[in-house]
Amino acid sequence: MTKKLYPVLGLLLATAVLLAACGGSPAPATGEAPVVEQPTAAPAEIIFTTPSGYGVTLEAVQSRGNLICGVNSQVPGFGYVDADGNFSGVDVDYCRALAAAIFGDATAVEFRPVTAAERFTALQSGEIDVLSRNTTWSTLRDTELGGNFVHTTFYDGQGLMVREDSGITDIAGLDGGTICVQTGTTTELNLADVFAAAGVSYTPAVFEDADGTFAAYAEGRCDAVTTDKSGLVSRRTVLADPDAHVILDVTMSKEPLGPMVRHGDDQWFDIAQWTVFALISAEEFGVTSANVDSMMTSSNPEVLRMLGAEGELGAALGLSADWAYNVISQVGNYEEVYNRSLGPDTPTYIPRGLNSLYTEGGLLYAPPFR
Amino acid sequence: MANAPKAHANPPFWRDERVLRLLAQVAFGAAVLIFGYFLIQNMVNGLRQQGTTLGIGFLQNTAGFDLAETLNNYTRSSPYFHAFLAGLYNTLLVSAIGIVLSTILGIILGVARLSSNVLVRGLATAYLELMRNLSLLVFLIFWYLGVFLKLPLVKDAVIWPGDIILTNRGIGIPWGIPTETWPAFKLFLFGGLALAILIIVAFHFQGKRTGKAPLAIVWAPLAFAAVAAAGWFLQPSAPLSLDLPAVQGLNIRGGRIFTPEFMALVSGLVLYTAAFIGEVVRAGIQAVSKGQVEAARAIGLTSFQTLRLVVFPQALQVIIPPLTSQYLNLTKNSSLAIAVGYPDLFYVSNTILNQSGRAVEMITLVMLTYLMFSLITSIFMNWYNARVRLVER
Repeated sequence: MTKKLYPVLGLLLATAVLLAACGGSPAPATGEAPVVEQPTAAPAEIIFTTPSGYGVTLEAVQSRGNLICGVNSQVPGFGYVDADGNFSGVDVDYCRALAAAIFGDATAVEFRPVTAAERFTALQSGEIDVLSRNTTWSTLRDTELGGNFVHTTFYDGQGLMVREDSGITDIAGLDGGTICVQTGTTTELNLADVFAAAGVSYTPAVFEDADGTFAAYAEGRCDAVTTDKSGLVSRRTVLADPDAHVILDVTMSKEPLGPMVRHGDDQWFDIAQWTVFALISAEEFGVTSANVDSMMTSSNPEVLRMLGAEGELGAALGLSADWAYNVISQVGNYEEVYNRSLGPDTPTYIPRGLNSLYTEGGLLYAPPFR
Repeated sequence: MANAPKAHANPPFWRDERVLRLLAQVAFGAAVLIFGYFLIQNMVNGLRQQGTTLGIGFLQNTAGFDLAETLNNYTRSSPYFHAFLAGLYNTLLVSAIGIVLSTILGIILGVARLSSNVLVRGLATAYLELMRNLSLLVFLIFWYLGVFLKLPLVKDAVIWPGDIILTNRGIGIPWGIPTETWPAFKLFLFGGLALAILIIVAFHFQGKRTGKAPLAIVWAPLAFAAVAAAGWFLQPSAPLSLDLPAVQGLNIRGGRIFTPEFMALVSGLVLYTAAFIGEVVRAGIQAVSKGQVEAARAIGLTSFQTLRLVVFPQALQVIIPPLTSQYLNLTKNSSLAIAVGYPDLFYVSNTILNQSGRAVEMITLVMLTYLMFSLITSIFMNWYNARVRLVER
């Protein structure tokens, strides 16, 4: 019997030697010219339905009479459509703000749900005017995919979710605890890095897929579960008792989310960007949808310039003078938009964290209206 | 082939059956080699187009992820290779414990199935039928989600007599921590072990010579225990101090803690494999002809003596080969650990694969490792089988 195994062992040895030989050999023979054919042609082939150029997008939108906005329809708090067909979420409200800036009417917007796979094509081909769909800002997307990121509207990042009754509020509170995480992700690596840097000891409980990870967390196997915050939020809504869990005010990685426009129309880019700045500045100056009328006579000249009570900033963007007034009166400032979808009174509550004003320790910072 | 030598000349080689057979084999061998070469070449080309080459040098890179339970000193800044070893040791641990426990349980089940007691026989049969018709993966997930994660939370930990703590973070049992007299005590342990082996060997030869020998399985452990106890009390202080598990902060600490993942995997594997081993044992016992038992009883052996001296030695030859496959099955099935999150060889390799992108190398490494396990187990079991084989004269 034993003898029969020798050929198998021999084969094993041969395989090992072969593998070692492959490993030992240096780079492939240069004569064969292993040219890597990357599909770089794809972005070059994009044909814009509207000729690219300054001002064409605004013109097309205005002649159409509404804004077409590519959104998500499945992530509560960011882009979600309810049973009655109503859209909600911070990404959705940005579309409304942009429509208010252009038309003075926040309802002059058509929401077009796009999937993660088709979103960039939809933008490139002109099917949508702007993409506002929890999209992470990254180098390739900002360049090769033919789009420009307007500004970060939500600083997402890897977060931690714990049971509210555990009393844990920060990473140090998890010392000696167990954390559920999904295997093979950057999440797993970030977790190890962040806890090592903080000098906090923990035990990972690592699972094959998201379902397994959250099932184990739900059973109390871990003190905390970690993934991107937007993922935690939507996962929490399907836990048995969503209110019993809180997402900590801790961010472990960078996932900047924001709207994206096509390359080639700088005016449209400016409009999209300054709409974001109007939302942020309004919060900074304390301008809300409730007090915006009284703010028209504010003693702060910058508020007056922003709202169009003074100066000609609207015309510089190709918009009416009261564009920002319309945004704030109809949609609200950044805080109002945030709290409507992600605030403490919503099922998808996420602490502001990095998404606070720079004056409050966050990252939200808008250039001056001048 | 020609059966008898013929007078006339041999037929031309293309009609010579021996040559044709040889040619066919050479052609087949060449075809296999060419096909294999094509596959490997295809893979290497594919990798080259991705801008990578084969190699195991990446195993020296920093892993960057943490593992829950390791037997080596793995940390996140260790190389991938140490992570791989951590997984390897965990697989060996689970397999070794699984093989021992499932053998014990399997023998009990196999004997119980042949019991004359209706209740015992019925229970054993019901158990075997249930286990053999379950999917192991489902069974493991049941043990994990349905049993060990349903234990109380840490803050409601249940403490059993003997300071055993039950929580869904793990089961803690008291455990000894070596003190400064441990190295000296260890010598006594080795001495006791040597004595036990000596007793087994001596009794074996005495049994051969006289046909009567005391039971080595009783006396050897007793001798070991006696030496160990003597060593314990001869030390100025106890070589081990008792460490009790206790709830501390968010987790349980101290003693020896078995995680739910480990418990689920071992319980699932043992209970499942034991059913198959039970059937193997039953078949082995039934393969011994009835006449052997009757003859043994006729010469006045007790039923225990009959089982030990007559039935079991003969049953073993029938049992060993299928038992080997059950051991191999258990080892290979331990790769289902990934379903319950226990960091075994496959699980850790999968993580390394995901983090490093080295799919071909990692999968090859994992396959070779499992193959090595299986071959080593097979060689050992074949050796043992050759030893217990009935020498027919």
